[in-house]
Amino acid sequence: MTAIIERLFTFAGTGELLALPFVRSALIAAALLGLVAGVLAPLVVARGMAFAVHGTAELAFTGGAAALLLGIGVGFGAVGGAVVAGLVFGLLGLRQRERDSVIGVVLAFGLGVGVLLLALHEGRASNKFGLLTGSIVSVDTTNLWLLGLVTVLVLGTLAVVYRPLLFASADPEVAAARGVPIRLLSALFAVLVALTTALAVPIVGAILVLSVTVIPGAAVARVTAAPVLATVLSVVIAEIALVGGTVLSLAPGLPISGYVATLAFLCYLVCRAIGRARGQTRAA
Amino acid sequence: MTHDPYRRHAGAPPVSLRGAVMGFGARTLWSGLDLDVGPGEFLAVLGPNGSGKTTLLRVLLGLQPLRAGQVLIGGHPARRGDDDIGYIPQQKTVPDDLPLRGRDLVGLGLDGHRFGLGLRGRRDRARRVDAALDAVEAARYATAPVGRLSGGELQRLRVAQALVGDPRVLLCDEPLLSLDLAHQQTVSQLIDRRRRSAGTAVLFVTHEINPILSLVDRVLYLVDGRFRIGTPEEVMTSETLSALYRTDVEVLRVRDRLVVVGLDEAEHHCHVHADGPATLEEAR
Repeated sequence: MTAIIERLFTFAGTGELLALPFVRSALIAAALLGLVAGVLAPLVVARGMAFAVHGTAELAFTGGAAALLLGIGVGFGAVGGAVVAGLVFGLLGLRQRERDSVIGVVLAFGLGVGVLLLALHEGRASNKFGLLTGSIVSVDTTNLWLLGLVTVLVLGTLAVVYRPLLFASADPEVAAARGVPIRLLSALFAVLVALTTALAVPIVGAILVLSVTVIPGAAVARVTAAPVLATVLSVVIAEIALVGGTVLSLAPGLPISGYVATLAFLCYLVCRAIGRARGQTRAA
Repeated sequence: MTHDPYRRHAGAPPVSLRGAVMGFGARTLWSGLDLDVGPGEFLAVLGPNGSGKTTLLRVLLGLQPLRAGQVLIGGHPARRGDDDIGYIPQQKTVPDDLPLRGRDLVGLGLDGHRFGLGLRGRRDRARRVDAALDAVEAARYATAPVGRLSGGELQRLRVAQALVGDPRVLLCDEPLLSLDLAHQQTVSQLIDRRRRSAGTAVLFVTHEINPILSLVDRVLYLVDGRFRIGTPEEVMTSETLSALYRTDVEVLRVRDRLVVVGLDEAEHHCHVHADGPATLEEAR
């Protein structure tokens, strides 16, 4: 037991590792991803799209697996799969029940096909496994530029559409009456989420994309309803999870996804506790 | 806010329909509709489901083109995202983790349909939102998450949201539905106060005229493509309703309430029953 804990939490050599270029790249990637995912997360929660994000991540995995088999860049495959899935899910409308069952069906199929594609691929196993669980070794300079580009693209787009997007997400009926282009914004948001998801897949893995694109939003919803403050806190939580998770994973040499997910989950628990305590004082 | 409402709203009537025809497929909802709604006028729009009440609102909001005829809002053709129109929807429950406060909801009514960051004029914006919140006496819970508010509190915020932009026309789509009597009264009185002080024209879609009977100047009653326009005394009579429904309908005046007898409650007409069904919905 202690052996396992020692294996999980060790800082032996963390200092030297931090000096390595690939570790630096990974940290920059984690920070960029935290920024984008943190900004998007409260909107994902407001739109009730947690499951859609999960489905998008699984389809990014399928796309990445297909790309691996075809010998083209895994990143392109992941983006392709995620954007197609994101658009389909984004346009399913806001009727939760119907949407959830369609996502479930597509996600199960996509995951199955992805596993099959991986099995057909005769390459290094770490490459295969990396798509599902994430790995910081997979971050190279090209990824970094791509991630930087997407960060600028997502933040720039949000700067322009944030208000109508918030309106359409939080209050769709009145937004429609006021002439907000609901479907167009749904599609646009789905693409933004898909791009972010696709870039998150190689780092945190398809299975745990939720930990950075949903948990921060769900956590802050417990402590504040102010949209701007919620966004700022969500970014803070995403950064703690991603950058902290990367650092923690260095010395043990284990996949970062477990560390990222655990840190995000701890933040969620703290926010829940704060929300609860506040609710009780308000009631008293 | 407006100092001399009737000067600003002088000129073209807030709402003007000429020879308006609307329908879907082979079905005509209404045709030959000529209607002017004047500044400060309170028009109730009544009729069974499917008679085109909500479609009329969509036409005025510029979301649906007329088949024929003309629709003008304050002298200009109806258009999407018209700042001359405020809109109050039915009360619906809001998810309690929605990251939005009362004052954010009201603010979205002012500029939520606009793209861009909206950093300019933030102080003026905050002042207008505060004034709108004060006008409906909602300042007390303006910073609470909207998901935690009661139906009555939420509907007050809806009134503020619709009026914060100082519109010439206020469209209400069953805003009293599922509110208790006290809140029905508060909300309709807030609307009434505004149309008297600012000359806002009110189109109020409802299946239950009694809560607003004392406020209504004129009624537009739609049934199966037929319609009547006139004062409540003219329209809400046994003769007129019998002619509209093509069946024997009796309208009784009991104290200050109208009771419509003779519409088969089992049929889809039951909701026009001026007294019954609203209470059924409330009971649920």
